Amino acid sequence: MASCSGGERPEQQSAESEFQKQLQMQLIKAKPGDVITIPEGVHAINRGLSLNVSGVTLRGLGMDKSILSFKDQVQGAEGLLVNASDFRIEDLAIEDTAGDALKINEGRNIVIRRVRTEWTNGPDEENGAYGIYPVQAENVLLEDSVAIGASDAGLYVGQSRNVVVRNNRVEFNVAGIEIENTMHADVYGNVARNNTGGILVFNMPDLPNPGHSTRVFGNEVVGNNTANFGAEGTPVASVPAGSGIVINSNDRVEIFDNVITDNDTANIIISSYFATGYQGTRDMADDYDPYPETIYVYGNTLSGGGSSPDGFDLKALKVAKFGLTGSFPDVLWDGYVNTDKVDDNGSLLPEYAICVDNDTAEVLNVDLGNGSENIVIGDEQHRCTHEKLPAVILAAPLF
Amino acid sequence: MLLLAAAVAACGKPPPVVVHPADAPPERLSEWGVVLADGGDLAFNGGVIPYDLNMPLFSDYALKLRSVWLPAGTTARYREDREFEFPVGTILSKTFHYERAGERNGVPLDVIRADRESVLDDGGHLDLDRYVLIETRLLVRYDDGWQALPYVWNETQDEAFLELAGDVRSIRLNDGSAQEQFVYVVPDVNQCGGCHKPDHTAAEMRPLGPRAWQLNREYRYAGVTRNQLGHWTASGVLAAVPESPSEGVRWAAPGDGSTGQRARAYLDANCAHCHNANGPADTSGLDLAIGAAVDRRFGVCKPPVAVGRGSGDRPYDIYPGRPDDSILVYRMAHSDPAIAMPELGRSTVHREGVELIRHWIAGLPGDC
Repeated sequence: MASCSGGERPEQQSAESEFQKQLQMQLIKAKPGDVITIPEGVHAINRGLSLNVSGVTLRGLGMDKSILSFKDQVQGAEGLLVNASDFRIEDLAIEDTAGDALKINEGRNIVIRRVRTEWTNGPDEENGAYGIYPVQAENVLLEDSVAIGASDAGLYVGQSRNVVVRNNRVEFNVAGIEIENTMHADVYGNVARNNTGGILVFNMPDLPNPGHSTRVFGNEVVGNNTANFGAEGTPVASVPAGSGIVINSNDRVEIFDNVITDNDTANIIISSYFATGYQGTRDMADDYDPYPETIYVYGNTLSGGGSSPDGFDLKALKVAKFGLTGSFPDVLWDGYVNTDKVDDNGSLLPEYAICVDNDTAEVLNVDLGNGSENIVIGDEQHRCTHEKLPAVILAAPLF
Repeated sequence: MLLLAAAVAACGKPPPVVVHPADAPPERLSEWGVVLADGGDLAFNGGVIPYDLNMPLFSDYALKLRSVWLPAGTTARYREDREFEFPVGTILSKTFHYERAGERNGVPLDVIRADRESVLDDGGHLDLDRYVLIETRLLVRYDDGWQALPYVWNETQDEAFLELAGDVRSIRLNDGSAQEQFVYVVPDVNQCGGCHKPDHTAAEMRPLGPRAWQLNREYRYAGVTRNQLGHWTASGVLAAVPESPSEGVRWAAPGDGSTGQRARAYLDANCAHCHNANGPADTSGLDLAIGAAVDRRFGVCKPPVAVGRGSGDRPYDIYPGRPDDSILVYRMAHSDPAIAMPELGRSTVHREGVELIRHWIAGLPGDC
């Protein structure tokens, strides 16, 4: 003892559970290879948790058994923030966080499996933004998980590379699944139901990485008609309720073999950044491409949908063009094109075309750039195909 | 002072500063021998130099007393654009305290809301009848990098204990006319890295404050005022200070610097540990570092990305001339963890900081 002080250790005055302290200590002292087990039960946590050590697994006994509840969270923008690679999280739930439920910032080799993130009060603008949110991650497998009630996106993959999102269920989020500024993502076997928008593939400006090459296939995207409850100013706040699959400003996107039904604005929406209304009057970043290009839609089962679009403009447009009882076609396109990439007719050059080779599905060009003056259906320029994208192959150790 | 003198008399001279091994941090802060407190006074051990910053990070109106100690015979080296290069064995300390406004161990603890610097008396002491110590954080430089250690003070104010998992404390701020109760959060060790790893890819812990523009200012050493860089150099703990070291504006001196200079320095100290080109918040594309150009990447007319509820229905991070339409102001003015920025280290709103940024944005020219 090097000190003359005879101080006493203070009593803990906090209301934090022993479990919380213990879990924090396990996360702080974790070593690569550790498996941290979350026992059965509802565990109240009131501060954000974080993990900074690579090679750690967090594992519960089931997404309805091992529950971390952040109902009374006083601190932390996430429930669990992971700044590490070679991370696995399985068989547990994260509920009612103030901000995001699970954020993984800049890691490689990430497995998220049978995890549920939920705001248990249902859709509410006061809910946290993202359920499961890997960002600037590489080699990500997100499967068999459930996301409910996020005020932004249930499953949100941002600025990442080499990603597989499969066999998840997303309900009552503003965006069910959002793939943003991500390169090489496969999104398949998911069920997106009762969100504002089912599955979104977006590119946003002013970010380090633009995204491209996403395949969305074999999903059920049904009845995503929940009123938009996202805060204005967020990218998803511009998504009309009743959107099935939305491509915004992204390139090389393939949508095939999905069942897309009863999304009241449109089953598929293809739009540019200009449609969001966020660009203002200043120039965009030089390296940002606001146009959706090289889009290929085929083999989907499309039905219902387009009967009751969200928002005054779209409603008026629908009634004017298709009557009170009519419906929009399956695919809505805002009609913006990069004029450096068009032919003499103003159509996108073949390599950049928006190709819809999907049975009887029609494309409605709503000509947003000209105040919807020249709305046309089924333009010849969409009758085309593109070379198919290769499957995403997760690298070792995730393959 | 009397109590400390008594303790020193009873035990003799305070034992020297000890650098404990990285894998065996002591439970008691006193075992480092840096910060000495006996319930009546706080003082620093011999060779420990107190310092202050021009532009501090806001931390719920806590007063912050900082110190640096270097092993005998070693020196830190001046660097222009990042923290000084400190030798192995360096111990930095930061003691969070408040001026008391009520009974000694009340729950909540009543303290005075004061947006000011911590001040030692001319004997180099902090009177613990007047001030209450909450926590002391150490940053210790080892061979393989810096380690952060949070210590929480006891009620008798004679010892602080290591709390790797952090802690919370109920505090009530009093400003004469109104009270504001909040939960003061001592971060856990992982959260220390939330700010102290400003390069998220390199992920190395670093001190944030001891940079040239932050330290280039006057400090009152036992009644004698000197420039800190000069004092460090004269004390032999700092080398290679150029003739004209970087300058900063001092938060506690309201007339120091233009609104723009003050705003830039404030945003750097409060935001840029995450919002820099390589920081954990580079995912947002927002760079608030003091050297960055005030353009779109700085938030001017920049729409948000993964902002969630943090947008507050506002379209841009910084909307020139329109602070009420600027997300920066909205997030600074909130304490809800889903909205508040910075994300860590703040449960209350820094009114004076919000006022500065509002004022600055209101005066920015142009439109979006």
